[in-house]
Amino acid sequence: MAVAAKNVSQPFRRPPETGIRATLYRMRKEWTAYLFISPTLILFSIFTVFAVLFSFYISFHKWNILEPDKPFVGLANYVRLIEDERFHRAVINTFLFTVVGVPLTMGAGLSIALLLNNKIRFRGIYRTLYYIPNITPLVVSAIIWKWVYQGDYGLLNYYLIQLGIIREPLKWLSDPNLAMPAVILMGVWGGAGYQMVIYLAGLQAIPEEYYDAAKVDGANGFQRLRHITLPLLTPTTLFLFITSVIGSFQVFTQIYIMTNGGPLNRTTTIGFYLYEKAFRHFDMGYASAMAYALFAMILVFTIIQLRIMRREIQY
Amino acid sequence: MELAQRGQPIAKPASRPFINNRKVMDALGKAVIYALTTAGAIIFIAPWAWMVSASFQPLGDIFNWPPTWIPEHFTLENYTGFFETAGLGRLFFNSAFLALTITGLQLFFNSLAAYTFAKRRFPGRDIIFIILLSTLMIPGQVTLIPAYLILQHIPLFGGNDIFGQGGHGWLDSYWGLIIPAMSSIYGIFLLRQYMKSIPDELIDAAKIDGASEFRIYAQVIVPLSGPALAAMGIFTFTYVWNDFFWPLITISSPDLRTLPLGLALFVVKNRTVWDLVMAGSVVATLPILIIFLLFQRYFIRGIALTGLKG
Repeated sequence: MAVAAKNVSQPFRRPPETGIRATLYRMRKEWTAYLFISPTLILFSIFTVFAVLFSFYISFHKWNILEPDKPFVGLANYVRLIEDERFHRAVINTFLFTVVGVPLTMGAGLSIALLLNNKIRFRGIYRTLYYIPNITPLVVSAIIWKWVYQGDYGLLNYYLIQLGIIREPLKWLSDPNLAMPAVILMGVWGGAGYQMVIYLAGLQAIPEEYYDAAKVDGANGFQRLRHITLPLLTPTTLFLFITSVIGSFQVFTQIYIMTNGGPLNRTTTIGFYLYEKAFRHFDMGYASAMAYALFAMILVFTIIQLRIMRREIQY
Repeated sequence: MELAQRGQPIAKPASRPFINNRKVMDALGKAVIYALTTAGAIIFIAPWAWMVSASFQPLGDIFNWPPTWIPEHFTLENYTGFFETAGLGRLFFNSAFLALTITGLQLFFNSLAAYTFAKRRFPGRDIIFIILLSTLMIPGQVTLIPAYLILQHIPLFGGNDIFGQGGHGWLDSYWGLIIPAMSSIYGIFLLRQYMKSIPDELIDAAKIDGASEFRIYAQVIVPLSGPALAAMGIFTFTYVWNDFFWPLITISSPDLRTLPLGLALFVVKNRTVWDLVMAGSVVATLPILIIFLLFQRYFIRGIALTGLKG
């Protein structure tokens, strides 16, 4: 009944064509569209839009949730960032973790993908084996690796000694020079499977004809990799690179479980330091300033990457 | 020229060893590929396999040097031990409850929004979608502290008065874990990419039949988005099940801890009970592993979907 009435009345009311009234008319007509996205928009306005602004506001205050007074301090928190040596250490550590970890993980992922892209048997099983570390909860991975790196009984020391690479067991996680490499290595193990799956998808999208043509021209396997595979994987590589860098700027869980930021702050990353300031010392103003510093770093990095991406992908 | 061309057929026998040579090279190449792939796979699975093996060994055997890969004194006591000491049952329930609830809510809210962004035409659609997407770049740390404070000051919950003062609000409750996670922009994006490929004719036909927008969503779009919904559902479930950070900062009651949180705190507190820890680790991994093995197809396809079109 209602439907029929609506259909009849429609031809008589001519919708306006342009202008604000037209927009309002269309908005009223499509009101269910706004209803459908409203749950998302409400959450988004509170936990993203408002949160981002509020965080900015907090960063200009001395904000300790245990104290009733939250005085405005201007740029003091940001000035503190510049002077805080532990924060500098955290920036360096985060940078190290990213600069070494991301290329290693991507390289491992690409190598595995190239291997699995061959016509070999049990491909599905291999893929699963490589992927399992990636679905393992990060907390569990960190626990396993804590054991692997264990100084007296750990697996890594045992096999390195067996292979004759080291003579004495190493204290991986408590040696200031080894802790960060150890955390990075665990990251490679956990992350390569994901990179592999995306690279495999990218590889399978490359038309077989390109390779056939190259073979006719007498290109060997290495040349085909260098001049066909890698250039055509550029979009995949850039996507992985950007998301991996953003992710690794925020590394936290494995640090919390494996090293707790130690030894001598050698594994204190920005993510870990921020957590410590905000939720162990409740120094939320300072932590917010730190979050904005992190945000700025990610922003600068992403903008540079997008620039490069626009220049690179032009075929 | 002519001579050379005529000479060709004569040279033919000479190409035979060349072919054989290539066959040998191919076989050799294959062998190298198998060797590398297998060696890599063993290295990748070894730490994980050791966890499973250790979870069935008594504490004394775990400390064996060289390590014992096949349990000599097979035992299930680590599991029962972890069950009692850490309250495994409760942890497991919390994780399962949260993962299922949040996945269910996200499947609904994300797909509803994804359909709207993919197929409806309404003023502001593109600009809203671009704003949503552009915020994916904002690191979680920026919104973390305000989100914490907002939850703390939800009125009339957790001992708060009408102005949100005095208590802990939605902190230390299921609400604080569920409500902020009800919808995800990442999930909406993934589903929208898939839904865009559904032909408009199907929607128009339903409209002509007088179907309401919600009916089009529920009876046309959802049934056609199976693979994408499966992929998104599995991602969300895995993410929530594995999540550690948000429970770590919001939950303080032992009764409300999730499995990763309970496990992490157990490790921090009892540094030497590796037998129980390994059993707990296996239990925390098992549900995700089962889901992955069952739905591997959707998993892989979903990842590829985000990766290629991102």
